[in-house]
Amino acid sequence: MRKAILAASAALLLAASPAMAQQKTIKIGFISTFSGPVAVIGEDMRNSFELALDHMGRKMGGLPVEVIYEDDGFKPEVGKQKTEKLIESDKVDFISGYIWSNVLLASLKPVVDSKTFLVIANAGPSQIAGELCSPTVFSTSWQNDQTPQAVGLYMNQKGVKSVFLIGPNYAAGKDMLAGVAATFKGKVIGQELTTWPAQLDFSAELAKAKAANPDAIFVFYPGRAGVQVLTQYAQAGLKDKIPLYTAFTIDELSLPLQKELALGVPGAQEWVNDLPNEANKKFVADYIKKYPGKKPSFYGAQSYDAANLIASAVAATKGNMSDKVAVQKALEKANFKSVRGNFRFGNNHVPIQNFYLQDVVKKGDDYVLKTVATIVKDDQDRFHDKCPMK
Amino acid sequence: MTLFIEQCLNGLQFGLLLFLLAAGLTLVFGIMDLVNLAHGSLYMLGAYFAATFAAWTGSFVFGVVLALGATLMVGMVVEVVAMRRLYGRDHLDHVLGTFGLILFFDELVRLVWGPEGLTLPLPSWLNTSVPILPGVDYSAYKLSIIVVTLAVAAFLYVLVMRTRIGMLIRAGASNREMVGALGVNIKLLYTLVFGLGAALAGLAGLMQAPILTVQIGMGENILILAFVITVIGGIGSIRGALVAAIFVGFIDTLGRAFFPDLLRMVLSPAAASTAAPALSSMLIYLLMAVVLVVKPEGLFSASGK
Repeated sequence: MRKAILAASAALLLAASPAMAQQKTIKIGFISTFSGPVAVIGEDMRNSFELALDHMGRKMGGLPVEVIYEDDGFKPEVGKQKTEKLIESDKVDFISGYIWSNVLLASLKPVVDSKTFLVIANAGPSQIAGELCSPTVFSTSWQNDQTPQAVGLYMNQKGVKSVFLIGPNYAAGKDMLAGVAATFKGKVIGQELTTWPAQLDFSAELAKAKAANPDAIFVFYPGRAGVQVLTQYAQAGLKDKIPLYTAFTIDELSLPLQKELALGVPGAQEWVNDLPNEANKKFVADYIKKYPGKKPSFYGAQSYDAANLIASAVAATKGNMSDKVAVQKALEKANFKSVRGNFRFGNNHVPIQNFYLQDVVKKGDDYVLKTVATIVKDDQDRFHDKCPMK
Repeated sequence: MTLFIEQCLNGLQFGLLLFLLAAGLTLVFGIMDLVNLAHGSLYMLGAYFAATFAAWTGSFVFGVVLALGATLMVGMVVEVVAMRRLYGRDHLDHVLGTFGLILFFDELVRLVWGPEGLTLPLPSWLNTSVPILPGVDYSAYKLSIIVVTLAVAAFLYVLVMRTRIGMLIRAGASNREMVGALGVNIKLLYTLVFGLGAALAGLAGLMQAPILTVQIGMGENILILAFVITVIGGIGSIRGALVAAIFVGFIDTLGRAFFPDLLRMVLSPAAASTAAPALSSMLIYLLMAVVLVVKPEGLFSASGK
């Protein structure tokens, strides 16, 4: 009897295995922040990633897709643990997501060592664009310095002669302030870094900026801190006195809370909801349809692009994930319709792209972001020379 | 000089706000011997209530008054339903139980108000800056926080030192069993004290809300500072909490404001601006360590303990 069962199961196994091989699924791990005060960002990224999967019939290159979402809890050490779990126990083919530069830097080593393909959907620390670049690491966002560099250029256009910089004390904050200083032709008369993410009261820093009496103040405060910094800027009585310039401080997720405080505060961005291309119109319209009461942000747009980039590589290699070089070549081609219009990679796998000036306008009772001008065309990050890949 | 005055006011405002939070914490800790980690949740609820009621009534002041009453009620209900089971138990049980309450309240807020958070917009008469000295403008709202908290501190002083309830509270801090043996309804006293602590935390939360916005988990970071204040000031002592809170507020704000400049004199600018925020946020804990070494009971320990 026992032998019979054994034989039967062996036969079953044999019969099943070719079928299993055909039924391969593409496994994608997605790391973002899904809890705590910045969970809205993670939610927007997941919503957009899911929408991209809907648009492709939840199949990539004819293969079913499984996405495993993991919460980094806004903490580098948790992000690293979750990354290791995705690689070692889930054995994912791709990893995507990552809002925060410090979480990404902590998680980078296990990803690169295991040669798992990484498509970063937001964070852009300078190290990964430069000396830490890797053949298996791609970005559908930007390098941190690029957006503030565009703000610096815009301040030159506006004739700003001196600026005071305020930002959070972590990898991205330092990149952002360095980015403004790189292109701004006037004088940086002060710079303050604040404890991240615990410090939410910026009164001491704003008071110093006020006392320094610059032509302009530049801030970088992503997520909820962006609401706080605008509120306190107004309460300190600076709104009519010293103009504010921002990067990643006003977006569709923070705007419902910032409201009129954001009016007249310019920012730079590589994607704005009104970019006139078909892919973008479809993305924005279907997002609003699928998630009533919500609007996509640039975080979502980059995640949507990440899903489509992965799908393009899976389709090109017909789902054969074992040929790493072929997958890498397919990813480098970036053969997909980006919501930004044309999309291509530089040698370090960071996009070469336009940066736009965005402004807040009031539409009925609603506040919306719109593109005003193109600040810089086909911008490539300033670290690509340090990347050994050619 | 004007910068220094402004930073001092910022420090004073932050310190007084911390006092509201620490006063409730120290009362509950000192009198009921209860470690209440969920105090930060009441701070959060105060802010959520104020934002909701202000939106309903269309008036900031009405919203604040209703929110205070609501937080008081929630505090008393929590005491009756949950805290009573914890008295007389080990401190570890308190920590576990009240940590559970934090998770409960965070999830409750997520279900009721959603994960996005709220804002509490200020009326225009508060959302400006006013001249306090010739050439020195200061945020009208921050100034009003200073005034309100000073008034609350005075009220607490009168309540604790000059009334019968205050006498019972002080007696409870010294010797609980004896107060009970003398026929005082200790259960009711505990419910009242806990409700008062909750209302104070709620007041701190709702006053902070227009500056920091309203979000889930907003009470957790600031609660750490409140505990530090309780330790520095002496457990159970409201006067100690006031002095320690103002100390901590000044050290935090002035440290952030001037420490980086001091550091730049000895370090390279890049190293200084990276190290300064980390070091200045350590100053408070250094103060606590020094106090613990010199006066382990805290600056003003409640008598008889």
